[in-house]
Amino acid sequence: MRRFLLAAACLLTFSTATQAQTLRIALREDPDILDPTLARSYVGRIVFAGLCDKLFDLNEKLEIVPQLATAYEWADAKTLILHLRQGVVFHNGEKFDAAAVKFSLERHLTMPASFRRSEIGTIDQVEIVDSATVRIVLKAATSPLLAQLTDRAGMMYPPKATEAAGKDFGQRPICSGPFQFVERVAQDRIVLERFPGYWDAKAVHFDKVVYRPMPDSTVLTANLRAGSIDLAERVLPTDVATIEADAKLRIVSSPALGYEGITFNLANGDRSKAPIDQSALLRQAFEAALDRKALVDVVFAGKYQPNAQAISPASPYYIPDIPTGPRDLARAKALVRQSGIPTPIAVSMNVPNTPDRAQLAEVIQAMVREAGFELKINLIEFASSLQAAAQGNFETYLIGWSGRADPDGNLYSFMHTGGGQNDAHYSNPVVDDMLDRARQISDVADRRAAYAKMWQAQRADMPLIYLFSPVNIVGHTAKLTGFRAVPDGMIRLQGLALGK
Amino acid sequence: MKSHLGNRIAQIVPTLLLVSILVFGLQQLMPGDPAVVLAGEERGDPRVLAQIRAELWLDRSLPLQYLHWIGNVLQGNLGMSWHIGQPVSQLILQKLPVTLQLGGMAFIVAVAIGVPAGVVAAVHRNGFWDYVANAIGLAGLSTPNFWLGIMLILLVSVNLGWLPPSGFVPPTEDWRQSLATTIMPAFVLGNAIAAILMRHTRSAMLTALDADYVRTARAKGLGEFRVIVWHALRNASMPIVTLGALELGTLLSGAVLTEQVFSIPGFGKAIVDAVFNRDYPVVQGVVLVTAFLYVVLNLLADILYVVVNPRLRSG
Repeated sequence: MRRFLLAAACLLTFSTATQAQTLRIALREDPDILDPTLARSYVGRIVFAGLCDKLFDLNEKLEIVPQLATAYEWADAKTLILHLRQGVVFHNGEKFDAAAVKFSLERHLTMPASFRRSEIGTIDQVEIVDSATVRIVLKAATSPLLAQLTDRAGMMYPPKATEAAGKDFGQRPICSGPFQFVERVAQDRIVLERFPGYWDAKAVHFDKVVYRPMPDSTVLTANLRAGSIDLAERVLPTDVATIEADAKLRIVSSPALGYEGITFNLANGDRSKAPIDQSALLRQAFEAALDRKALVDVVFAGKYQPNAQAISPASPYYIPDIPTGPRDLARAKALVRQSGIPTPIAVSMNVPNTPDRAQLAEVIQAMVREAGFELKINLIEFASSLQAAAQGNFETYLIGWSGRADPDGNLYSFMHTGGGQNDAHYSNPVVDDMLDRARQISDVADRRAAYAKMWQAQRADMPLIYLFSPVNIVGHTAKLTGFRAVPDGMIRLQGLALGK
Repeated sequence: MKSHLGNRIAQIVPTLLLVSILVFGLQQLMPGDPAVVLAGEERGDPRVLAQIRAELWLDRSLPLQYLHWIGNVLQGNLGMSWHIGQPVSQLILQKLPVTLQLGGMAFIVAVAIGVPAGVVAAVHRNGFWDYVANAIGLAGLSTPNFWLGIMLILLVSVNLGWLPPSGFVPPTEDWRQSLATTIMPAFVLGNAIAAILMRHTRSAMLTALDADYVRTARAKGLGEFRVIVWHALRNASMPIVTLGALELGTLLSGAVLTEQVFSIPGFGKAIVDAVFNRDYPVVQGVVLVTAFLYVVLNLLADILYVVVNPRLRSG
């Protein structure tokens, strides 16, 4: 019987010979639409990294490096000149040139339902100087623009094919990346194949790349161990030990750009009348009662980094002076007394219903109870929690942000008066002023100074308590070489190779 | 009989219309504005929300939205997925063969284990084999699919390396690999249904074995095998067919957890993802197709009743 089973299994077992040139990547979710102008999801950006080249890229140190643009210069604070790479063609054979750049940026800016408009809305017009040079004129000096061009807003389209495809572009995307689109079966796989005309073809070592969504971490780890995938993104910290114990696998960790935090409803509807939303002292007490290191140790196996600001420790704009701890219960109790509000102080917290966030909320609940807060955890499905936040139906909200390379992307829309994601309806003229100022200057030291001043005002109001910065944890087979851990978490396929 | 079948076929259209109204109406009760979900980081900008609502007809009255959708459906257009920008009909066509294959194989596993086990248990009533079959049935019923799936992956794929741990390969591409990728999930799904089928087969067989015609058959000197299979089982098969059709219908509506564990892109995963993403056209399309499959299966069960029960043919 055993022999029969073994023979049957052998008959059915995967044939590995044909997969030698295929890289299989597990994603934590199924991406949304594969159109860089209309796409919204973090995971979609990972697929675009193989499919669509951008004007600029980021390196491991978060520096902006050339990709389709070979160089840039600021003619003045509002005029950016881009010099374009020569000899680049799109997957359909169309030539990449200044006209394509103008077309692509204008598509990002004008297409109905474009999600890139707010990222590069500062662009007033795009002018063609010659076929290899573009002049971008801005409405106002905007230093985060270059960083935006390292992401989806910097992805370029072939004008004719894109025009022809119209709104259906996302069904068969055509770009100029190292791999071209083959097929997509929703919730199952996205298949790309090597683009022979790629300008940097020598850096590409696979014939095919298959992205497979695997939302469950146990399933993902089992697949990695069984060898049916070569690389997995966003491995859970609690799975790291299992993977490290397997000699056939490797773990690469690098600081990520995002954060996790607690947003307080300061002025968004009736729910903002809760004592904690009306008292900065109570919010400061709440923060003092938290032990960030213990939170990270208990829920994320100590892998994430305690952080009290929106900026990742990987960024040059990270300010080490902002303390992440230690917990100061005596101060927390003193602040509560100072507020004059009798304990226990009831606080309700909306928490998206995922196991790690639920656990995180429970640990927070235990910590703040000692300072006199009675935290009620309101577990709520993710989409519903977003709506509740937008409508002001929350007192506090435990939520994270995937993060952007430029600090502006982690701050402006959350902290600026009227910002798109300012669910707290927070408004402080000093904070607004500093955020606006930081947008207009490009010198790193000057921008840091503006942000430092912003943090001073922000931390006095405490509209959002930052808890930690996640870490990008990638698990891959030991045979894989050339993986570059860039803080944006994207999987760059150039340079990756599978050994025997 | 013909008029009975005719009536059942005529009921299909109003049933599906009712389902379409129900699914459209019920999803309106879901919290979470699809425009807010779709707007993502732009959700604070009222202009973006208004633009999305206008484009997706979310700013019209509910009856108008329904009529717009059902009008398109009647012309064969199930709409576009709001989340991934693909036609819903294309998504369904990608997933239907997967669900049919997985559901079909699971059903074969369930029948192959459940019916013989039920017959054996009934024949050996209160004997050793009855207890064995009951124990297996109880284990099958009480083992969560999710857990069994992960255990099988760890044992068969990770430790023994015999089968791929997940994914789906269409049989047209490579039938061996297709079988290899679906055999474990089909077993996991079929196992639970086998237990239910076993218990129903056992009780139906116990009734049949006590009936006069079985005693008569034995008195006529027929062999025990022939008595059990041709006389008792055939008469006991009515409830088994009813239950089988219902269970097959359930299988075809997708098996969320099993599909999740084995990364099988079937209806279950499609509908759960669509609900979480508030992708209404996909939810509506998949539910409508599933309801259609259910109705057709019930019709087939009706036809099968006639095959196994000649008394119905005169009606």
